[in-house]
Amino acid sequence: MTPLLSIRALSVEFDTSHGTVHALDRLSFDIAPGEILGIIGESGSGKSVTAYAVMGILDRAARITGGEILFRGENLLAMAPRARDAWRGRGAAMVFQNPRTALNPIRTVGDQIADVVARHSGLSRRAVRARVQELLRHVRIPDPERRALAYPFQLSGGLCQRVGIAMALACAPRLLIADEPTTGLDVTTQAAIMELIRERARDSGTAVALITHDLALAAETCDRLVIMHAGHVVEAAPTAAILSRPRHPYTAGLLRSVPSLAGSIAQLQAVPGSLPDLRRADLPPCRFAERCPRRLPRCDAPGPLALEEIAPGHLAACRNLP
Amino acid sequence: MTALLQARNLSCHFRLRRETLFGRPPLLHAVDGVDLTIHAGEALGLVGESGCGKSTLARLLARLLDPTGGQLFLHGAEISRESVSRFARSDRRRAIQMVFQDPTESLNPLLTVFQSIADPGGRLLGPLSRTALRQRVEEAAAAVNLPLEFLDRYPHQLSGGQKARVGIARALVVEPQLLVLDEPTSALDVSVQATVLQLLDRLRRDRGIALLFVSHDLNVVRLLCQRIAVMYLGEIVETGAAADIYRAPAHPYTRALLSAIPSLRPRGAGRIRLDGEPQSPVNPCATRCRFAGRCFMEQPLCTQVAPELRALPGGRQVRCHYAG
Repeated sequence: MTPLLSIRALSVEFDTSHGTVHALDRLSFDIAPGEILGIIGESGSGKSVTAYAVMGILDRAARITGGEILFRGENLLAMAPRARDAWRGRGAAMVFQNPRTALNPIRTVGDQIADVVARHSGLSRRAVRARVQELLRHVRIPDPERRALAYPFQLSGGLCQRVGIAMALACAPRLLIADEPTTGLDVTTQAAIMELIRERARDSGTAVALITHDLALAAETCDRLVIMHAGHVVEAAPTAAILSRPRHPYTAGLLRSVPSLAGSIAQLQAVPGSLPDLRRADLPPCRFAERCPRRLPRCDAPGPLALEEIAPGHLAACRNLP
Repeated sequence: MTALLQARNLSCHFRLRRETLFGRPPLLHAVDGVDLTIHAGEALGLVGESGCGKSTLARLLARLLDPTGGQLFLHGAEISRESVSRFARSDRRRAIQMVFQDPTESLNPLLTVFQSIADPGGRLLGPLSRTALRQRVEEAAAAVNLPLEFLDRYPHQLSGGQKARVGIARALVVEPQLLVLDEPTSALDVSVQATVLQLLDRLRRDRGIALLFVSHDLNVVRLLCQRIAVMYLGEIVETGAAADIYRAPAHPYTRALLSAIPSLRPRGAGRIRLDGEPQSPVNPCATRCRFAGRCFMEQPLCTQVAPELRALPGGRQVRCHYAG
C-alpha cells in the first residue's frame, strides 16, 4: 500500500541565542491510510516538532535543512503557501495538547468551529450552523445547542478537548495528528477521548498519528509505534512486536520503566542518563550511545546511523542490536 | 500499627460570591466530612479525578490550609485548634512536610539548591551552626542521591528529575515523619519517574517515613502504596488495602476508574464508560449520593438517601448502598 504520509530524511534545526538546536536529524517514517500510528518519546525527543513540520506551523526560528514530507506522493515542503493553507484542515488536522489554551478564550466554541467550517467549505451561514451542531453531536457533546454558545472556560477539560476534536474533524481530514490529546485529563475522561478518536478514525478511514509519552496508552490504541529519541527514530514496528520483543536498547529501557508492566517497585528501572544537549556540535551518530548499556567503539564511528529493516515491518537504528 | 495522623470529620468549604444581595453565599464543598488515618511508616495513596478535592485534602492534612470543620490529630494530640500560621511556628511543623506538584514552579529560581534545601532547616530546626546546617543539607542531598556539586547550582541548571529530588530533599532536611506528596511525578518523563518512585519507597522502608501520595496515576499508586483512599466530589468513597482494591474494587466509581487505566497487560473485563455529568460541588444535595447521575448501578434509593461510609470485610470501607 502506498503510504498516506511519508517523511523522508527530515532535518529541522532551531536558531536560538544559545546556539543551533539540532531538533530532528534525518527522520523517516510512513503512515498508511487508515492506520493509527503512535509516536513515542521523552520530552525533547522531537515528537511535537515533527507534527508541526507536517502541519507547516513550525516556529520562525526553525529551519528545515533537509528531507521531504510526501503527502500522497506530493512534497508538502515544495507546496505554495496558498495550496498548503488549503491542504491544512483537509489533508491533515491537528488536536493540540492543552485543549483550554488551544481554544480562543473570548469566542464561543460554536463560533470557533464555524470559522473552520466556513473557511474550508463555502457553505451558507445557516448550513455552517447546522454543520457545527452535527460536529458537536459527533464528538458526543451533550446538549450541543447550548454548548455551542459556551466559552472555553465554561467547559470542562474533557469537553474542551471534544471541541478541539470536532474542529480538527470539521473538514474530514485524511490524517489526524493528536499531540498528547489527553495529558492533564483524568483517566476516565482520557478513556472516553481515546475511544472517540479511535471510533472517528475507524468510521471515516482517517489515519491518526498519536503523539504521546505514555507507552501504555499508545499500546492500547495504535497499530504501529515509532519510538523517537533525541530527534531520531530509533525503532518502528507493529505494536505487538515492540511490546513482545523490543530490539533497540532505548525501547527496551523504556518498557522497563513503565509502571503498568512492573509487578513491584523493585522491578522498575529508569533509563540511565538524559537526552544529550541537542546544541552540541559534536553530537555522536547514535544519540543514545552515551546512555546505552550496549555501547561499543563501533557505535561512535563516524557516518550516519541507518534505520534498517531487521525483520519484516520492523525497523531499528542500532549498530549493536541484541 | 499506630496512627500517625488522623482526620476526623474534616471539612473545607469555600465561600463563593453571593448571588443575591441578601442571600447566603454559596459554599463549595471541596472536602466534606473526611475520616482518614495515616499509620506510621505506611504509604497511603489518595486518588480521584481533578476537582474532587484531593489536593485540598492534602493541604489540610499537611496543615497548610485551615479546615472549616473537623479535627486533625498528630500522635493522638489535636493539632487543628491552632491556626496554620501558628502551627508553622510550632515544633510540630517538622513532623509533616509537603512535596509539591511541579518541581520547576515550586523552587525559588533565585535560590541555589543549597539555599532551597537549607531554608526549612533554618526555620524549623532551631539555632544551628553553619557547619551543622551544612551537614544536614548534605545528608538530605545524599538521601535523594543528589551529587554535592549540585548544591551550588540554580534550579534552571537542573533537569526535571533533579529538581524533583531537590523538592524531596528540602522536605527531608527537618526529618519529618510524614511526607505529603501532591502528584510529585506527574511532570516527569516515565524513565525519570521510576527513579523518584524508588527513592520514595526507599525513604519509607529505611527511615520509616510515612507517605501520603496524591496521584491520578493508578499504576503508580499500585506500586508504591499499601493502602488507597478514593475520593469523589469531596468525600472518601472507598478505602482499603491497595492489593484488595485493585483485585476487586467495590465502589462503582473505583471500578470505573480502574477500568480506565491504560495498561500494557491484556485487560480482563471491559471498560466501564461513565456517562452523564458530575454534580456540582457547590451546595451539594444532602439527600443523594454524589455519584448519582453518572453511576451504572444507580437505583431509586440513590437519589433519596446519601450513603454513609460503611465497613466491608477485610478492613475495606465503601460509600455505596449497593457495593459489596
